Amino acid sequence: MFGRLDFSAVFAGPFAHLLLSGVIKTCELTAASWMLAVGLGVMLAVLRASGIPVATKVVAAFVAYHQNVPMLVQILLWYFGVPTLLPDAAQSWVNAHDGELIFASIAIGLCMSAYFSEDLRSGLRSVHYGQQEAARSLGLGFFATLRYVTLPQAIRNALPPFVNHTVLLFKNTSLAMTIGAAEMTYVVREIENETFKTFEAYAVATLFYLAVSLGLMGLGALAGKRIQNQAR
Amino acid sequence: MLGIIQDNWLLLLVGQYPKGPLGGLALTLILSVMGLVLSFPISIGIALCRTSPIRMLYVGSTVLVYIVRGIPLVMFVFWGYFLVPILVGHSVTAFTTLICTLIVYEAAYLSEVVRAGIQALPKGQVEASRALGLGYWKTNLWVIMPQALYNMVPSLISQFVSIIKETSIGYVISVQELTFAANQINSNLLTRPFPVFLILAITYFAVCFVLTQCAQHLERTITRKRSPKMAHPRSMSNDSVLEGQ
Repeated sequence: MFGRLDFSAVFAGPFAHLLLSGVIKTCELTAASWMLAVGLGVMLAVLRASGIPVATKVVAAFVAYHQNVPMLVQILLWYFGVPTLLPDAAQSWVNAHDGELIFASIAIGLCMSAYFSEDLRSGLRSVHYGQQEAARSLGLGFFATLRYVTLPQAIRNALPPFVNHTVLLFKNTSLAMTIGAAEMTYVVREIENETFKTFEAYAVATLFYLAVSLGLMGLGALAGKRIQNQAR
Repeated sequence: MLGIIQDNWLLLLVGQYPKGPLGGLALTLILSVMGLVLSFPISIGIALCRTSPIRMLYVGSTVLVYIVRGIPLVMFVFWGYFLVPILVGHSVTAFTTLICTLIVYEAAYLSEVVRAGIQALPKGQVEASRALGLGYWKTNLWVIMPQALYNMVPSLISQFVSIIKETSIGYVISVQELTFAANQINSNLLTRPFPVFLILAITYFAVCFVLTQCAQHLERTITRKRSPKMAHPRSMSNDSVLEGQ
């Protein structure tokens, strides 16, 4: 059906270098947007837990927007739309510094921060309210209670969806190819165009994504086991 | 921004429909409904395998689900673009490619929804029906599925929202759905990308938010209805895989 498979063409000469740069860009994109998403996600969850009416509403709106709009559309809005609002100097700076990577990281990071904050929120909700009351009556402040009592328990409950969303974030970095960020999917398309080895090129990328995703899921399962054991 | 909507609302809604092919929001919704309806039967099959006592079926379906969950949808779309014409034997439209891709992808994710629905039922249901002399298939058909499907409705709606969002990927292979239409408007206007893509985002938001609210409302209603009857209701919202979407 596919003729003879020939992977050597995909790895030959300049393409090996191209593939490597694709892997690196994908990892950079994942790392940057993951850090943004986790940092912002924790802040949003804390804000929502604070119970300040305005903050709660703003966070809810932020989460609703990012969960109900496709990530692709968010990326397009950030890459094509937002630069036109920036002053010219900022625009040219961004263009000179891999604008598509920066905007893709921001878009993916903001979108996933909504998911992470929801994970943490449901984790916090699953901690019995008495825990917080006990901590507060022992004299711990709002942040100390969060840091030493409720968050450690919440994280244990939030870990499985958190890991799944990390895998989702990694997979969704492939959407950055639509704005020309030269990550794995983009690079593989380029190699396919050059060599016409469609099957081999896609197989390499698919195996890469699969390996990393399953690796992340495995790490998550390990971490989950450790945390459960510590809790006993 | 209002001017752009006034000039282009028809293109966003139905594409070039009366004169050309159907597109825009209408095509997005058609794609999503077809994706959900066509992948649902397959997902029930996979879910039955995932809960099956036969080891080979369990292992096979589990491997399948994990493989699909580990690969980006974009990659699936490219595979579909390449493989579907080879399997069918002649070239197919981008629409068909996207539908085929969505069915494969969604069948795996939906099967997790169905599996969670089945496993959320108390074990006594199976035991009681088997004790009454019903076989495996009759138990599933008359006892498990009706309850599981009813409890599943909110998750199914959430999954439908995911599918609507996923159809935006059709833009990559030039299926003329909503995102593609917006991009067309953007290329016509050239100078006003922010309002155009903002309109696009708001449109998706309006559709998906209404559905999400419906799902949440139904979830509350169903939990209220069922919780007194079940001894230990295991909430489906605690399922790690479902929350991972």
